[in-house]
Formats: sequence, C-alpha cells, structure tokens
Amino acid sequence: MGIEFIYPEFEVVRNPARCIACRVCERQCSNEVHSYDPDEGVMISDESKCVNCQRCVSLCPTRALKIVKSDCVPRENANWQADTIREIYKQANSGGVLLSSMGTPKPMPVYWDKILINASQVTNPSIDPLREPMETRVFLGKKPRKIKRDENGRLITDLDPQLELSMPVMFSAMSYGSISYNAHKSLAEAASKLGIYYNTGEGGLHEDFYVYGQNTIVQVASGRFGVHAGYLDAGAAIEIKMGQGAKPGIGGHLPGTKIVGDVSRTRMIPEGSDAISPAPHHDIYSIEDLRQLVYSLKEATQYKKPVIVKVAAVHNIAAIASGIARSGADIIAIDGFRGGTGAAPTRIRDNVGIPIELALAACDTRLREEGIRNDVSLVVGGSIRSASDVVKAIALGADACYIATAALLALGCHLCRTCHTGLCNWGIATQRPELVKRLNPEVGASRLVNLMTAWRHEIKELLGGMGINSIEALRGNRLMLRGINMTEKELEILGISHAGE
Amino acid sequence: MKKEGQIRIPSGCAITAVISKNGARMSGGSIIESMIPMHDRSNGLGGGFAAYGIYPEHREFYALHLFYDDDNCRHDCEAYLRERFEIVDAEVIPTRTMREITDEPLIWRYFVFPRRSALRALQVDDREYVVRVTTKINSTMRGAYVFSSGKNMGVFKAVGFPEDVGRFYRLDEYEGYLWTAHGRYPTNTPGWWGGAHPFSMLDYSVVHNGEISSYDANRRFIEMFGYKCNLKTDTEVITYIIDYLLRRQGLTLRETAAVIAAPFWDTISRKPEEERETLSYLRTVFSSLLVTGPFSIILGFEGGLMALNDRLKLRSMVVGEHGDRVYIASEEAAIRKMDPDAENIWAPAGGEPVIVRVNEGRL
Amino acid sequence: MKHVVVHEEWCLGCHLCEYNCAYANSGIKGMAKALKGKRVFPRIRVEDGNGDGKNNITFAVSCRHCHDPICAKSCISGALTVRDGAVTIDRSRCVGCYTCILVCPYGAIYTDGEGAVIKCELCLSNQAGSPACVAGCPNRALTLEETD
Repeated sequence: MGIEFIYPEFEVVRNPARCIACRVCERQCSNEVHSYDPDEGVMISDESKCVNCQRCVSLCPTRALKIVKSDCVPRENANWQADTIREIYKQANSGGVLLSSMGTPKPMPVYWDKILINASQVTNPSIDPLREPMETRVFLGKKPRKIKRDENGRLITDLDPQLELSMPVMFSAMSYGSISYNAHKSLAEAASKLGIYYNTGEGGLHEDFYVYGQNTIVQVASGRFGVHAGYLDAGAAIEIKMGQGAKPGIGGHLPGTKIVGDVSRTRMIPEGSDAISPAPHHDIYSIEDLRQLVYSLKEATQYKKPVIVKVAAVHNIAAIASGIARSGADIIAIDGFRGGTGAAPTRIRDNVGIPIELALAACDTRLREEGIRNDVSLVVGGSIRSASDVVKAIALGADACYIATAALLALGCHLCRTCHTGLCNWGIATQRPELVKRLNPEVGASRLVNLMTAWRHEIKELLGGMGINSIEALRGNRLMLRGINMTEKELEILGISHAGE
Repeated sequence: MKKEGQIRIPSGCAITAVISKNGARMSGGSIIESMIPMHDRSNGLGGGFAAYGIYPEHREFYALHLFYDDDNCRHDCEAYLRERFEIVDAEVIPTRTMREITDEPLIWRYFVFPRRSALRALQVDDREYVVRVTTKINSTMRGAYVFSSGKNMGVFKAVGFPEDVGRFYRLDEYEGYLWTAHGRYPTNTPGWWGGAHPFSMLDYSVVHNGEISSYDANRRFIEMFGYKCNLKTDTEVITYIIDYLLRRQGLTLRETAAVIAAPFWDTISRKPEEERETLSYLRTVFSSLLVTGPFSIILGFEGGLMALNDRLKLRSMVVGEHGDRVYIASEEAAIRKMDPDAENIWAPAGGEPVIVRVNEGRL
Repeated sequence: MKHVVVHEEWCLGCHLCEYNCAYANSGIKGMAKALKGKRVFPRIRVEDGNGDGKNNITFAVSCRHCHDPICAKSCISGALTVRDGAVTIDRSRCVGCYTCILVCPYGAIYTDGEGAVIKCELCLSNQAGSPACVAGCPNRALTLEETD
C-alpha cells in the first residue's frame, strides 16, 4: 500500500441472494481471487488478483457473479488515460519493460470494418449455396509460369508441392509451451477433421502429434527449438518465421518456468532454462541468406514440401514480399499489427508495424505489378475475426487466412490478455497440469470444427450473394469491395473504390 | 456519364453465330436478320459483327479496323502505323447513311504486315508484335481505337441496334464462312462505338452475353502479362484470357474451356485418372482465370468457333444444324430466322464447349 | 440403457455435478432458492483428495446401475428395485437400515439426512428429465453413454 498501490482494475460483484457458496469459483480460480469464509458461511474475494478471465462467471451455477471494470481510476484526461497512468506507476514500481499478451487493445483503425461487400441484383443472378455447388477449396504453393507437354503433346501435370485446403483458413502458429498440450491437440485434431492445417509454432512438435503430420505446418524460427530432420519430415509444409505481427523486430522469450517435462523434451532444451528466440535468425542477415535457408529446408525434405516465409507487416512490406517471392519460397505469410501473442513488450505490440489490410493490398498489388503473383501464395493473419474478414481478405488478394485468436476464443479464451502469467484458467496458455486438463481436446476440437463449419457456410453465402461459385474467382476481386469513411490515400492503397462510386 | 474504360459496365446481350463446315462463304444478310427477333435483348447502345473469310484477296495481311475521332487523330495514328508496318492498302470502310445510326467516327481499314527489322529487334513473332502495337494505340493514343486486327477477318460495330449496324456497314455485301453477331444491353453507358462488341484481338473475336462475377480477379491476373483492360468490359477480359491461354500458353480449345468454365472439383474427382490429373492441374495453375457468373460466349477464330456457357448454365444458348451449317444463338428464334429448317436444336450443358472447325480444321 | 460414464482424465474437481444433482432432485424451481443456506444431499459425489481440486486426481462417483445389483438384493424392505435397467429407490419403503450403503462396492448410495437413502436414478423422474450432472459438466468429464 502507499505510493506503490494501484487500485484493482476489476471488481468482483457477487449477488448474495443468489450465491449458494458451492465454491466453484474458488476451485476454478488459479489467481486465488475467491475464498470461503467458514465463520460467516459466505464467499469473499480479493479483486486485486482478478484478471477478468470470466472463468468463475462462466461456471457459477446460479449466475451470482459478475466482474466489472472498476470505476475507481486515477483522475483521467484526454491525454493521460487511466491505462497510461497505471503503466507509469507499474514501471516506477518495477523498473521493468511492460509485458502484454494477445493483440493490441488500442483503438487503431480496423479496415475490415470500413470495407463493404457487393451482392448481385438484376443484371446477374446471386447463387444459392443450398441449391448449387459452392466451392471453397484452395491450393497454396508455387504455380508454373508456362505449361509443359511431353513428346505426345500431353500436358505434364507435375506441380511444385501444394497445400490443399478445404477452405481458405488455417490455424496460425502457436508454440507448444506458449499454449498447452491440450490446446495443441485440439488444433491438430480439428485441422485434420476439417482438411486444413495448424501450425506448430516455434516450440517443436510433441511426439504424440506426429500422427497429425499431414495437417501440420512445422515452423522453423530463430531459436530453432525442436528442429531436426524428423520434425521437418513430419509436417506437410515448413514455415520460416521471420517475424510476428504483434512484435515485429524482436524475438521471443519463454520463461524457464514453462520449460517443464514434455515442453523441454519437445524443444530439445534443458528443463527450467529460458527459451530465448533471437530477434533475427543469426544465419539470415539479408535476403540472399533467406534464399539459402529456403533451399536448405527444401534439400532436407527432398523438395516435397512447400516452404512458407512468415513476416510481420512493416512499412516496406511490399518490397520485402517481392524479395521473398524471389527467394524460392512457395508461400508468403504476412502477420498484421493487430495480431496476437503469448507475450510481447507492450510498447512494441502497440506501436510497431502496420495493419494487415494495407500490407496485404500493397503486397498483392506489388507482386502483380512485377508479374510474380502466381509464383507464390499469400496467407494473411493478424486479427481475422470472422467469415466476412476472410472474404474481404481474399477479395483484396489473399489466397488464405491464418487465424489464432479466433481459434483460441473457440477453445474458451476470454481475451483477458494475461497469457504471460502462465495461470490461464481456461487451460490454454499454461503448463500447469491441473489447469491444462481443463481443456478437454475432444470439446476443443469439436468447437473449432463448429467455428470453421459456420464460417464456411457464411463464406458460401457471401460468395453466392456476389454471384461467385468458387473462392478462386474472389481472389483479388477488389471490385467486390467498397470503402466507407476512408481517405483517398487509404482507398488508393487498398485499391478499392468508395461506396457509391 | 462515364464511358467504357472509365467505369466498369455490365450488360446483357444477344448473340448469334453461323458457320459453314465446308468453308462455303455466306453473305452477311442472314445473320443481320437473325438479330431482329432478339431486338428486345439489346437496347440500341451497341451492336456488332465479326466476319471470317471476307478478305481473301488480302489473306496474307493483318486487317486493322480503326475508329478515329477526327483527321488529326488519324494523321498521328497513321504516322505511328507507318513506322511499324508496311501498309499495303488503306481505305475508308464503306457505310450506308441511315437515320438509325448517328455520330459515327471516321472508320478506316488498313492491310498491313510488320516491318521485319522491328520483329528482329523485339525478338517476337509477328502476332505478338501486332498485339503490342494495337495495345499501345488503344491504351495511349487518344481518339484512335483499333477494333479489329486479324487476318482475313473483320469486326464491324457501332452504337445502335445490331440489325441497323449490319445494314450501316453493308454487311450483306461481304461473304464469309463464319459470322458472329452481338446486340448489347449495357446498363450504364452513354454508348461508345469502341465499347460495342464483338471485342477482338488478332483473329480471336468474342461475343458474350452475361455479366461475370469474377471480373476483377480475372482482370488483375491477366494484366500481369501485358494486357491492359482499357474498356473494363467482360468481353475484353475474356478475349485476353483466351488469347493468353491459346496463343501464349499453347492450350487447346478444350483445355482453355476447362480453365474458363472449370468443372467442379466434385466432377473432376469422378473422372478417369489421366483426365482427372489434367483437369486438376489446369484448375490449380490457372485458378485466377476461372470465370464465374453468367456467360455465354462465342469465340471466333481463323478456321472455326467455340461456344461456351458458364458452368452453371446461367445464360441461354442453343445450337442447331442444317447441312454443313451450324447455328448458335441466345434464342432458338434467331436460328429459325436464319434457317427455318434447322434441326438437332439442343442446349449445350454448362461448361461444355461446342467446337466447330471448317473442313475439320483445314481451311 | 444409457448410463453416466465418468472420465477421470477430464474431471476438474469443480463439484458442479453435485450441485446440479441436488438441484435437479430438489423439486424446487430456481437453484438459489433450492440450495441456498441448505446442506445439500447430492446423489453424485466428487472424490477429491484435499477438497481444493488442485493437483489431485478427482472424479465423480454415482450409481453404476449394476446388472445384478447387490444393493437391491440386500435391501430388506424391497425399496431398491431395478426398473428398465436403472436401480431405483422407493423412499416410502426405505426403513433406513443402510445395508445398501454398506454393500455398495462403489460407495454410490448416500443418506438423505432424513433417515432414508438416496441414489442416482439418472434423473428419469425428476425435474431435469435427463442426467443433470452430465448436462452441467463443463469439461465433458461425465457423459451419457450406452453401456453393456
């Protein structure tokens, strides 16, 4: 207390007329907010520990609980908001870099919400996906520039390795370590049921999950954790992680407390040691070095797997994408500035990078100007929140989308943004066995399958409305989009007209 | 109002074609008649014809048809042409003065062949050379527009109802083995002569009825290969796609049809192995050239035609035969008008190409 | 016949099943009204080492509805019978001798605090209509499955 004291951000409101003191809240709170007072026979709470993850709220059988934002805040003004003031206090207390989790909460523009989708009226028919076939299959990978025929004039149908997706959405990279075994298992199981892919992230691949290899993208990041020949061979594709939208330009740090048991074995590092991913790959200081790594990985896997290069959306992303397209990579993944993270320095997360919509439009345009758009596929992530975001991304020029936060929400995540504490009450961003078991992968996988099935239906409805019956006819079809509340410059970069034009 | 090229213009239409499989030449009178029963499918804002085999005496030369706003434009453009081609013949295309057709531009035709030195310098064949020169004129020279550039064929088009356009150009005085015709129902254009159809490139001419929903996906892909979609019309982009696939990639007509109106994956999965592999390959490699939304198109080329519907068959198109003649039209009435005794009238399935070649491919 | 199957691997030890059971059998509408300030007598109990649900093996126990139930055999008053594959109790006949509690190998029969015994009857005849413990389990640690 005293000068170091910061009033709790949330208040636990308990309705005494409803509380039956079943103590579910107490048992389910890893932050130890709730406790039972046997003398009074009532539940009490220490709201200073509350992160508003809503676990107790969700499980309270009588709806006796709610968590509300405290109205006890420092005296704010337009310039000095409560969060800003609190951050100053925290740093004055600790002397440390502020850490945050998940995507930035700052009110940065969400261009998806300023883009509207077209529909057919009179001059051509909309198509009803319940009555007519509607295709969402996508192939990711390099396409040849010129067809070839054999001596009999037959087409030679060999292609560079491709990823086949039943719909243009994949689960983005989240490492084993940053998320739990059960979270990974849910993603893997769902990806294989859906005919899409999930991504190991940089923490290696648990031996139990090799069976999902056909639906797995294995990642090679700057720390090279868990990378070995068997790992590369296990996946359907290999992703080189150069950057992440939430923290462009910096590496990663998984604290030793999370490097336990299987996480340590899977990462191939000693238990309790910090897993530090350097900011750059120390064998990639330039674009020609990237080409060498791309081809090293292709050599190691007999040119049977497409190589993805994932980069954060930064200012000169179009030029970077062009460089990657010419590096031999088959797929470019771009992660936007609103993307999530298990832990990132707050200042980086909230201030570095550019929104995915602008990055995508710029890259797609640039690759087309250079005539090399068909040499690579484009995958975008960094806050794809719904089927309509997917449709807008495809129409701007993406081949497919990566989702991670949306997938975690399906698994139970309530976006409390405290993954970095390792105390995730939903069994996702934690390695504590008693918390990990809270995510039953059978439940998790079926919820992910439900979510993607729902999105697929919605994508089909939107396509049908536009009179399109296959997703490839939407790719780069920017005429299907119109902007609202945007400047000329924003419209120009997005390559779309204003609504009404 | 904005004209073609400044804004995307969707339109509904009527199309017709007649071909003699023996290569017998027919006057254009009959195809003009065929457009009369489909009068209501046009709205007077565009009509046109493509005729093949009409310039036998100049069959070795590219026949360029041009619209000019005025003589200044013509002088500039002719100077430009002279630098690049040997011009064998140049003349005003004869027309009839009629009440129904007004505001006509200057309409000229030239029979040319490329200068050999230019071909050598650019290291391209003569067809590619013609494409480059005509693309350059159409995208950069104000007031000049090349609307036909094939050998032994020609496109004739104008703002007006197609039957009037045919009479205006005195097409009954030409004889060809293949005729296609188009009546246009654009929904938001003042009507511009260059924007009428057929659209053509070299000897490929396309008449199209429909409004494709894949337009911008197709356009942005095809523009990677040097094409400029100046008119922003479906027909233009479809013509470029066909040129790209047939001439530049070397696909066959059937393979081209399997790209533009690709079979559904479900259908492909039921095909025998070799066909399945070919179709999967084409759909994967040229996925951005899949055309969706309603269309019926007739592609004319030297020695034949291909008619194709979108894969859901969202636009009407019927085929009929009589003797060595094959007729194709948006409505059976048009066929009956050309030949009351036409038989075997049938509606091709969506995505099923109808390919007719003169003398089985020998001209 | 469908029975409640317990999956120890996914039991969180949250004890919600106990409260859902007690409420389902309370005959009162509104859980707070039914359970608030009262001692609850659920027909399912979570085995929970030190009661905090942390770092312990936890799992729920309720009647297995044995094919040849020893409890029914040993019931001296005929209160326990098998009906359509479910072991049911007629509390009006129960004399509170607790023989069934002694013989049940699973410890799945409990006193009701009023002298008689209670046990899981699969919610077949209460206000829930189907097992409330299963419906309310947040982690699918209890499932209703056809068993041999």
